[in-house]
Amino acid sequence: MKIMEAYLILNKLNYPILSVVMLVPLAGALLCNLIKDQMALKVMGLIVTLLTAALSLPLYFMFDRTTAKYQFAEVRNWIPALDLNYVVGVDGISVLMVLLTTTLMPLCILCSWNYIRERLAEFIFVLLLMEGAMIGVFISLNTVLFYIFWEGMLIPMYLLIAVWGGPGKDYASIKFFLYTLVGSVFLLLAMIVLYIEGGTFFLPELMNHGFTFVLQMVLFIGCAVAFAIKTPLYPFHTWLPVAHVEAPTAGSVILASVLLKMGCYGFLRLVLPIAPDAALYCAPVMLGLAALSLVFGGFLALAQTDIKRLIAYSSVAHMGFVVLGIFLFSAQGIKGALIEMINHGITTGALFICIGIIYERTGSRDIGKNSGLGMLMPVYVTFLTIFSLSALGFPGTNGFVGEFLILVAAFAKYTLVGVLIIPGVVLSAAYMLRLLQKMIWADSDGHYVLPIHAGDGSYVKLFDVNSRELLMLLLLAVFVFWIGLNPAPLLAVIDCSIENLVITFNTAVHH
Amino acid sequence: MMMLLNLFLPELVLIFMALVFFFLSFTRPSAGALQLIAIIFAGIALFACWLTYRNSGTLFAGVYQVDGFSQTFKGLIAFGLILIIWMGSGLRGISRAVRPEYFMFLALSCLGLLLMCSAVELLTIILSIELSSYALYILIPMRQHPGRRAPLEAGIKYILFGAVATGITLYGMSYLFGLAHSTYLAEIMKVLPNLLVHQPIAVIGLVMLLCGLFYKLALFPMHFWMPDIYVGAAHETTCFVATLPKIGAAALLIRLISLAGGDSVHLVWVLSIMAVLSMTLGNLSALGQDDIKRLLAYSSIAHAGYIIVGILSMNELGLVSATYYVYGYMLMNVACFYVIYNLSPEGRNICFSDLKGLYKRSPLMAAILTCGSIGLAGIPPMIGFTGKFLIFIAVLQEKYYWLMGFAVVNVCVSAFYYLRLVRAAYSSIEQETPEIRLDVYTFLLGLLIIVSIIAGGIFPQNFIHLTKIAIGSILYLSR
Repeated sequence: MKIMEAYLILNKLNYPILSVVMLVPLAGALLCNLIKDQMALKVMGLIVTLLTAALSLPLYFMFDRTTAKYQFAEVRNWIPALDLNYVVGVDGISVLMVLLTTTLMPLCILCSWNYIRERLAEFIFVLLLMEGAMIGVFISLNTVLFYIFWEGMLIPMYLLIAVWGGPGKDYASIKFFLYTLVGSVFLLLAMIVLYIEGGTFFLPELMNHGFTFVLQMVLFIGCAVAFAIKTPLYPFHTWLPVAHVEAPTAGSVILASVLLKMGCYGFLRLVLPIAPDAALYCAPVMLGLAALSLVFGGFLALAQTDIKRLIAYSSVAHMGFVVLGIFLFSAQGIKGALIEMINHGITTGALFICIGIIYERTGSRDIGKNSGLGMLMPVYVTFLTIFSLSALGFPGTNGFVGEFLILVAAFAKYTLVGVLIIPGVVLSAAYMLRLLQKMIWADSDGHYVLPIHAGDGSYVKLFDVNSRELLMLLLLAVFVFWIGLNPAPLLAVIDCSIENLVITFNTAVHH
Repeated sequence: MMMLLNLFLPELVLIFMALVFFFLSFTRPSAGALQLIAIIFAGIALFACWLTYRNSGTLFAGVYQVDGFSQTFKGLIAFGLILIIWMGSGLRGISRAVRPEYFMFLALSCLGLLLMCSAVELLTIILSIELSSYALYILIPMRQHPGRRAPLEAGIKYILFGAVATGITLYGMSYLFGLAHSTYLAEIMKVLPNLLVHQPIAVIGLVMLLCGLFYKLALFPMHFWMPDIYVGAAHETTCFVATLPKIGAAALLIRLISLAGGDSVHLVWVLSIMAVLSMTLGNLSALGQDDIKRLLAYSSIAHAGYIIVGILSMNELGLVSATYYVYGYMLMNVACFYVIYNLSPEGRNICFSDLKGLYKRSPLMAAILTCGSIGLAGIPPMIGFTGKFLIFIAVLQEKYYWLMGFAVVNVCVSAFYYLRLVRAAYSSIEQETPEIRLDVYTFLLGLLIIVSIIAGGIFPQNFIHLTKIAIGSILYLSR
């Protein structure tokens, strides 16, 4: 207990804020089994997620930006037989992830408002379960807790794809499940080895343990496989496009915005501090894979005709960017990576919501069938443009900040890596602009001629976004410009933790 | 007399229960009344285990050892008995005429299992194994089934395999007796650790002795009976066969293994090969099954492997985790059988196509099946995860990395077919199927199962604490 407190700043609020933020969605999930009415269910889901978001706000405003210690921490006895405690806490890295999760979840409920009609109670249940588990992953400071939440997301996400997914949901969901499970099992092994060798489950203590190189390699491989699958890094990425295409909009948003971040978060939280020598040793491989993801994902995105698939491959490319930033081991690179993680969460989440909106109207995700929307849905198209520009890293949007930091760090450290990234950046402009051009201006065989055929002899008109959709897009657009024009507040939150991470890393490596 | 009551109370309760049902078999009471009586008796047995938990001593000239360890396992068995009787409400799979007898033999089989937990002498061990087996030989063919052949075939198979297993066990015992000149475990214990290192015959003898238990556990190579008995027996009986004998066998196994002293390399090798083969064979065979009961049978062969992995690490945590795992395994299996039983009111075996749309027919049952099957797959926060986690820690403490590797690969393989169960339950179907109505008691049992699977997984501390004391007492005896 005493040793632990050296790393922690115990929660000074009069309620356990982190546990509350994690438990509110879980409690909400249990409650929604009792409600039968559809409308009441949706409202309740929205209220619970908004409440969670509101409860998580103190984490941002009362966050001590001058320390790298874990804040708002709670320590409770859990399984004394294994000397296992329930320890939660956030530092600069995880607090942003928690906030990202709590901010996006209300949007996930909102974007499914009309789309999900059957099994609504279960849908809300699964979403709230996911939220609790995702927050849990980010706040745990204990390997077992981390693993339990990490795996706890698996079944809800599986169900999200398997029950509410598209026509190929069976294949997609099982592929998602098996890939992730294999990764998780490696992670479990690494965590048990950590316990056997390090004698504790408490993460900050393990970080300063100083394992031998061989052991570090074992741990690195165990963790890196799990995180590379989750990230996903080339060549472990093949589950992602399938899962994205089949998942309902809310599922895609969660998957892209939060779940993919877990892998990168794992690298930052576990791999770099616990196995620094191994990370440095394997850095060329990781950088190579990241650069490959970047270029490969870009080329694949360029070839897609399905909008969702395109965005999915663009995610692979973006996450390659993030991993690259992390494995530069410089403060600038890691900061860039973290900002890029947040950005990708906002931008790609927004893009998936955009796709959901158009899919609800035309029933197709084919670029050819959704072209020429410029004159039919001007507001929608404006937002689509904003988010696409943000995705390609246009100056003034949030995407620029992260990519710029990573690029600068790459050139500062290894010029070759910097040169390798350039094609990736160019490609991202190419595929996003191609998408924009087709969807806004092209006049292909689609519904250029109004109104479009609904299939049963009747005709439907394409409506522009309604107020609910406008609200969602507006909120995300605010974040796009806020981070794009004024990233300083975000950087202030992460500064200390990342400086500390890099310093500890460097001392460990030079030691 | 007082001594007998102090130490032998749970067994006496079950003997009395068997007698009561024997007399009830002259009348024709309703299934509900029978069930209520049976649950009350099982509850009293559980209570008796709790009462006698702190007592320890030996009975019948030292062949019967009562201690914290035995009483813990007896308590588990009694608790399992309550769940199983409660689950099979209405005894739909058993014909009306033999229902009182059914409970009578159930009580006798359970009595055998309780005796197993306390037996510390070779002949007593054989007697207890046989008592529990003989009752089961009769229970298995008792099934209301259109074709009488399958249950009878299952019964015959069980008898034949059981007889072979007993034969091997007796043969092994004769070796041990020859080497140690005693049938008392306490005497054998003094010479066995030394013998195991120097005399290969002692390893052979011990492994052959253990075959009787492997038969109960359905561990490779004593697993052949499992799938056919599962398919042939009534759902209620299968649930019993699948769970409780394993608890009894695990208890005896832990007692016997702790004899070996923990440093017998040969024994560890033999056991780990059996465990690996059992896990691999069980999981791979389960992948292709369509009949749910057959799938569960193969999965339970695999789970026997995990249990052995925990036991063969032979440290305190390993034995504790094996106990915890058996308990979790029982809960999760009861969960699966709960669904099977309530899904086929006419007692027919069900396959994947019957599970389709279960979500619409009964959300609770779909949830129970999900909890049970992903728990068996070892996904947190279910009890199956915590069990596997503890076992893996124990194995790695002993540095059996390759064993761990096999176990982990098997976890991945098994996840596939457990997930098929969940997927079937949540997949939609076109045609309308009638809603499944559960009565209040069954509904409550369902909730209880879900809660205990999840809560047991998240808060294992109490259980670990309890078994740690129990295991500590026998480890202390053997060192």
